[in-house]
Amino acid sequence: MSGSRLAIVGHRLLQAVPSVIGIIVVTFLLTRALPGDPAAYFAGPAANEESIAQIRAQLGLDKTLPEQFWVYVVDLLAGDLGTSLTTGQEVTDDILRRLPASLELTLAALIFSIGVALPLGIMAALRENSWIDHLCRVVVTAGVSLPTFFTGLFLLYIFYYLLGLAPAPLGRLNILYLSPEPVTGLYTIDSLIAGDFDTFWASFTQLVLPAVTLGLFSLAPIARMTRAAMLQVLGGEFVRTARAAGLSRRTVVITYALRNAILPVITTLGMVFSFMLGANVLVEKVFAWPGIGSYAIEALIASDYAAVQGFVLTMAILFVILNLFIDIIYTLVDPRVGIDA
Amino acid sequence: MSIPLLDVRDLTVEFATRNGIVRAIDSVSLSVSKGEILGVVGESGSGKSVTSYAVMRILDRAGNILAGETVYSGMDLAHMPEAEVAQLRGREISMIFQNPRTALNPIRKVGHQIEDVLHAHAQAAGANLKIAAIDALKQVRIANPEQRYHSYPFELSGGMCQRVVIAIALACRPQLLIADEPTTGLDVTTQKAIMDLVVDLARERNMGALLITHDLGLASAYCDRIVVMQDGEIVDQGPTKELFANPGHPYTERLIRATPRPDSTLRDLLTDRDDSASSEIPAPATQASSEVLLDVKNLVKTYPVGSASPLSFMDSVRRKVARTPAETFRAVGGISFSVATGESIGLVGESGCGKSTTSSMVSRLIDKTEGEIVFDGVDIGAVPAKDFARHELRSAIQMVFQDPTESLNPRFTAFQSITDPMRRLGGVTSTDEAWSRAERVAKQVGLPTHLLTRFPHQLSGGQKARVVIARAVALNPKLLILDEPTSALDVSVQAVVLNLLADLRQEMAISYIFVSHDLNVVRLLCDRVIVMNAGEIVEQGAADKILSDPQKDYTKSLVAAIPHFSS
Amino acid sequence: MSPLPPTADSQPTGGRQRSAKVFWSQFVYIATGNPVTLIAFSLFLLIVTVAIFGPSLAPFDPLASDAANALQPPSWKHWFGTDNVGRDVFSRVLVATRLDLLISITAVAISFVVGGFLGMLAGYYGGWWDRLVGRMVDTIMAFPLFVLAMGIVAAAGNTVENIVYATAIINVPFYARVARAEVNVRRNAGYVLAAKLAGNSDIRVMALHVFPNALPPMMVQVSLNMGWAILNAAGLSFIGLGVQPPTAEWGIMVAEGANYIVSGEWWMAIFPGAALMLAVFTFNLMGDGLRDLVDPQRRT
Repeated sequence: MSGSRLAIVGHRLLQAVPSVIGIIVVTFLLTRALPGDPAAYFAGPAANEESIAQIRAQLGLDKTLPEQFWVYVVDLLAGDLGTSLTTGQEVTDDILRRLPASLELTLAALIFSIGVALPLGIMAALRENSWIDHLCRVVVTAGVSLPTFFTGLFLLYIFYYLLGLAPAPLGRLNILYLSPEPVTGLYTIDSLIAGDFDTFWASFTQLVLPAVTLGLFSLAPIARMTRAAMLQVLGGEFVRTARAAGLSRRTVVITYALRNAILPVITTLGMVFSFMLGANVLVEKVFAWPGIGSYAIEALIASDYAAVQGFVLTMAILFVILNLFIDIIYTLVDPRVGIDA
Repeated sequence: MSIPLLDVRDLTVEFATRNGIVRAIDSVSLSVSKGEILGVVGESGSGKSVTSYAVMRILDRAGNILAGETVYSGMDLAHMPEAEVAQLRGREISMIFQNPRTALNPIRKVGHQIEDVLHAHAQAAGANLKIAAIDALKQVRIANPEQRYHSYPFELSGGMCQRVVIAIALACRPQLLIADEPTTGLDVTTQKAIMDLVVDLARERNMGALLITHDLGLASAYCDRIVVMQDGEIVDQGPTKELFANPGHPYTERLIRATPRPDSTLRDLLTDRDDSASSEIPAPATQASSEVLLDVKNLVKTYPVGSASPLSFMDSVRRKVARTPAETFRAVGGISFSVATGESIGLVGESGCGKSTTSSMVSRLIDKTEGEIVFDGVDIGAVPAKDFARHELRSAIQMVFQDPTESLNPRFTAFQSITDPMRRLGGVTSTDEAWSRAERVAKQVGLPTHLLTRFPHQLSGGQKARVVIARAVALNPKLLILDEPTSALDVSVQAVVLNLLADLRQEMAISYIFVSHDLNVVRLLCDRVIVMNAGEIVEQGAADKILSDPQKDYTKSLVAAIPHFSS
Repeated sequence: MSPLPPTADSQPTGGRQRSAKVFWSQFVYIATGNPVTLIAFSLFLLIVTVAIFGPSLAPFDPLASDAANALQPPSWKHWFGTDNVGRDVFSRVLVATRLDLLISITAVAISFVVGGFLGMLAGYYGGWWDRLVGRMVDTIMAFPLFVLAMGIVAAAGNTVENIVYATAIINVPFYARVARAEVNVRRNAGYVLAAKLAGNSDIRVMALHVFPNALPPMMVQVSLNMGWAILNAAGLSFIGLGVQPPTAEWGIMVAEGANYIVSGEWWMAIFPGAALMLAVFTFNLMGDGLRDLVDPQRRT
């Protein structure tokens, strides 16, 4: 069986290729095929006639569209995303420098989200109409109504201004501390690796509020799907068979119900990631988090075109990788994958 | 044999629903002894399943045992704590259900599912688990049990899945087996194999068994005693032979009469209680003429592998199981037959044989791949399916589908459903004309006219069946294709509908193609029978002859699989 | 057998009159049947009223600045306080309702029509229609949607119209998928085949038989999507795209108030944020109510 599983995984990898091609084409069209002079966009609002002409030649914007596309793709493959107007650096370098911050934030938010939503959904399904079920329903309904940027500000107001529990929203680490030796780029992990618990605590406390803000919105769909999937599976006929055969409650709930219910939850994660990567931008603005989201906002304000394009491309590729990851996990868990239904 | 294994006394169960408390069963008393097979027979809503669920204590959360006792080997299960009942389930009392595919965990190997039961009741441990599981598979006569151990349910056929379900139920050697409609949804030949297996194992192990079914024929063939339930109560019970010879309750009599037997006639199916005016009039005699209405020559339908939606689920399973390396799948492999004006022929076969595909091609809902379909002298096979809606012969060929609920647009009233073809093809434009015609056809099918303004969810199964028939005959078609029209109906409703179809055929001189898997039913309504298997015609001939003297082996196995009434 | 629910009447009266009367009585039945639905519809009515009459209801001119009265906390004069240039926050929140609602309704309407139509074609005809629509949907979904919206607005220009188009584009996949799935499921249903037998052409079958039954799940999607569309538009404004100051819009108001919340002046950001939440919450609640309204199983 594992031979064909490998084939299915390989097939999924191949299926990601058209997505990547689509992303490249769309980002290309967005910046080159719209009305207006792309050269002026890339040269920036402060440019004069001369520098616009220079940019036009440099980026090959005077060539035909297919030729431009070829240049674009070649540059991409070489890792060249252009130069940022505001920082003067290569966009690729800027992004790589700022990516770990966003990754740390997103990872923490994900752990928080799943860690709360999954047990909540399962408990709500097991104890219908109990207080935990009602709590789950409130969380789900209210959760999807919360604007992420608003929740962030609200939590800041309560926990920072009123209660003084959270640190000031000034980024990843208080200036009193030095960032730890970069191993993964994630301050929390790196400081643990270095054994520096003070820095760990400092970076952790800075991380809490932004991660909770980001994770709060995605709590809702995960909890809702978990609850719905569990309820459906628990009412299903094979669970009835398991009960009739006298299997213990634990076996029924975990081995029979949960494993089957987790499948639609895994599929939901795709949407969750889509949301998280987008909401990253909002959270980074509220908490002054130095990730690629705030990089993009700065670029937007300054009309730094190459930087914005680089940001969109990076996020999209990241998303494709994450989706691939989800697909592969799903393929490994569900033995029915590959059979045309 | 005198102390019963299971003794149910005055069991009453209620359900809390949105519309208030509903009493599902009331004061039900029955008993099963060791070595005895008790049949619980009833139509939908009789409460037979609820009784067994109550015994097993696996009722829905909304269900509640209000009164009564369910005594098993001296212990009252109804009032035992859940933890103790759980111990008994699977070890002392087991249950098997219908729909074997959905009864198994789809993402767990069947071998492991059997092991789970053995482990839960400490029947085996460690390496012995696997040995015991394979042994359980051997007991249910599955071929290659060592390989099947590693299979997932989706890799197995319906019959094999049911065997696994039985293996799980009997793995711990329980004393009592409850079988809730175990053969519904299975092919006729598989049904017989499964029932024989269950009964053999029960007799071998001297188990008590409770067989719940709506099929009286099945009950009479396999049960020692029978209990008849109606609307939540037991109305009759007794040893099988006596019950059939002398039914104690009019409902029992009605059920017995309505169940088609090899020697019953259409009118036999009805009793005086049925509000069918035609029960006094003798059934119409066959009146087929010699004019050929429909001529099918070398009809072929192939699907490219990997295409979406072959018409039947079984087709796709067959495809996978057969693992045809070919690029196409032959659903229908070159068949020829003809239907004369006024003739009624039956198209018989098991799931996946191609009968539904054939009927869809003849009715021009899907396109053929090869061959000819000539209707009334016109080559309708040459007209693409998507253009046939506008063809002049569209109204001449109509169809009645299996599930009346699914065949009616949930947003249309009965009136709208019936008059849609009239408006599209019958040239009816004014509402008044539509109403008078709708009322006329409603009378013909015995549908009370005040029901015309109702939506499908406000109609009973029998009423919906009449609406669907009314819609089909509204334009006086020459050919009516009936695809399993009564298999979703209760047997008493089926009796009425079959008689209705016979009368309509007489009144309106329609030809029928009656597609079914049930030879008994087909015999009642059809002059000739065509038997199909794997996309080919196996045998065809006069209905009576096929049943009494089948020539081909496949036909013989079909006929042999019909449960025999012990009378 | 359980008793059957009663029917409205036994003979149809004049066609149009009857359907309007029946619709209204069903509406009342659904709305009053479930307290949650009732609350949702009432709130929706409130929001729509404010959107329509907002400018006339506002006690102060939302654009009138008054430096002397800047950063005043909520009082009887200024219910929601004043912002950093002295404008009345309450008036601005009221007036912003119209803009936010307009943006989201327009965006959702566009994506519903475009996505629903494409999804229907893909679900009904299959084949290369399915592949084409699938490709399009997959390309859009390959991006994190908010990021794609950012990219579109950045490329097309920083205007409110482009916010609407960007929001519409990123919502098309939802409607396309739901429409496709619902149509696909019903494509081979008995009553659809029966409609073909009755002489309905493909287009009639799709429009009159399949789509009306596919509508209920799409209606739930519309309501949930409305909430999401509002959040999207507000999010884009929050980061400086689309709406420009001094226009009153919830997202931009929260952005302006964000700078002041850490120093304790909470009213500038909290009130518009709360209004935003209320609107989204209402639309989410309405989802169930809308579905009941168009679902024939719930009819009297």
